[in-house]
Amino acid sequence: MNKKAISLTVNGRVREALVPPRMLLSDFIRHELELPGTHVGCEHGVCGSCNVVVDGKAVRSCLMFAVQANGTEITTVEGYDTAEGLHPIQQAFWEEHGLQCGFCTPGMLAAAKELLAANPDPGDDEIREAISGNLCRCTGYEFIINAIRSAAKAMREAEIQKTLQPA
Amino acid sequence: MKPSAFDYECPTDLNAVLAMLGDTETETSILAGGQSLVPMMNYRLAAPERLVDINRLPDLDYIREDAGFVAIGALARHGEIKASELVGRHFPMMSEAYDWIAHAAVRNRGTLCGNLCHADPASEMPALMQVLDATLVVAKATGTREVTAQDFFVGTYETVLESDEMLTEVRIPIPEAGTGWGFEEVAMRKGDYAWCTVVATLRVVEGRIAAPRIAVSGVGDAAIRLGAQEETLAGAEPTSAVFEEIAAAAAAAVNPPNVEHISADYRRDLLRSLLPRVLSAAASRVAA
Ligand SMILES: Cc1cc2nc3c(=O)[nH]c(=O)nc-3n(C[C@H](O)[C@H](O)[C@H](O)COP(=O)(O)OP(=O)(O)OC[C@H]3O[C@@H](n4cnc5c(N)ncnc54)[C@H](O)[C@@H]3O)c2cc1C
Ligand code: FES
Ligand code: FES
Repeated sequence: MNKKAISLTVNGRVREALVPPRMLLSDFIRHELELPGTHVGCEHGVCGSCNVVVDGKAVRSCLMFAVQANGTEITTVEGYDTAEGLHPIQQAFWEEHGLQCGFCTPGMLAAAKELLAANPDPGDDEIREAISGNLCRCTGYEFIINAIRSAAKAMREAEIQKTLQPA
Repeated sequence: MKPSAFDYECPTDLNAVLAMLGDTETETSILAGGQSLVPMMNYRLAAPERLVDINRLPDLDYIREDAGFVAIGALARHGEIKASELVGRHFPMMSEAYDWIAHAAVRNRGTLCGNLCHADPASEMPALMQVLDATLVVAKATGTREVTAQDFFVGTYETVLESDEMLTEVRIPIPEAGTGWGFEEVAMRKGDYAWCTVVATLRVVEGRIAAPRIAVSGVGDAAIRLGAQEETLAGAEPTSAVFEEIAAAAAAAVNPPNVEHISADYRRDLLRSLLPRVLSAAASRVAA
């Protein structure tokens, strides 16, 4: 079937490609862009390990076709860190043991990122709700919740720091 | 698994979508949020020859108040509707139900209209739309028609939509002041499809129940209204004895699926337990 030309921004970089319509966004990210940090567990929307951030919202990359991402801006786990190092959410996952095998982690981070962008001070119930669409087979979830709570605190404090710095 | 090959179109004009649906040479499916269709394609349970992606149609992404109703367009996502102040004010039952529907990342893409067209028998919104007496606006190349939610659902994954038709808008009438509502669900986990969802609205006039509407999903091959139980309820006093009697009759009347770990009897038990809670919640909200 006819391939389609797409152009999108992934982790700040413009990427252009010709894709068959049936190519899932998850496969495009992993195999064409060679960004294997986005994981694929179930390919039917249940596990959340393929979550990426598309135009500011966490979505299942296994339930979107690459062709649909034309013109969008996507952030995958490879795009979270900053010049200073790990993203504060990643840092918190590390410090709080929010991962063991790491399979679910990219999807958890995408869900956490969207949550904290909208709600800088979530309660534990809100954190649980935000990651309810992400399966983790290792941690028992408690350390992930701790990590997100701790990331929220760190990010709030960083915001305060920012406002204290002279312009 | 991976979907089989298909042709992809992404029109920016509704007429172009309707023309493609009308072309019977090519088996065409609408792609809305993709949160039900793409899993089915990945499993190869669906293999349309052509997908018409409606995500770039202008003007279909809206939730707005009109004369006595709220209109929700084909591209309004679950997440936007869940967060909508307008929806929360007029239909708090919808905001509550959305806590039970999928997860944030799925709600970011999935649409109410796609959800209704998918017509999963365990899906919540088909029941809510029937209780709220919604009207569905259906378009095809030659014109539009309106279908009540009650007439829309035919069976498992089956609606009255013809292959050349598209659902463009859902209109939900704003309930009369003093209408009480109730919603209860049991699912394996919050966000999974329901084992049993029960919803109802009613009013109480001079101590008697008026205009009761009850719908259920998860306990048959489609979400349905419980017409016979509504009839018994109309004019009755809102007492727990009445509610329990109605729930027993409803449980005997439905025909739930019998699958592995969730037997038909268990689903009937759920209905028998949830319906009285829903009715008493609705009655207490009338008073409030
Ligand atoms: C993990 C997970 C959990 C879920 N949990 C729930 C749940 O608890 N309850 C629930 O109700 N749903 C649940 N869903 C499904 C979700 O609500 C879907 O968003 C919804 O069923 C389909 O909407 P969509 O916009 O994604 O439609 P799509 O998947 O794009 O389309 C679904 C079907 O409807 C057709 N269609 C779509 N839009 C139109 C239109 N405007 N006119 C005519 N035909 C159209 C398509 O051709 C297709 O056949 C879940 C999904 C996932 C992945
Ligand atoms: S791989 Fe996409 S949700 Fe599991
Ligand atoms: S850390 Fe292994 S699946 Fe979550």
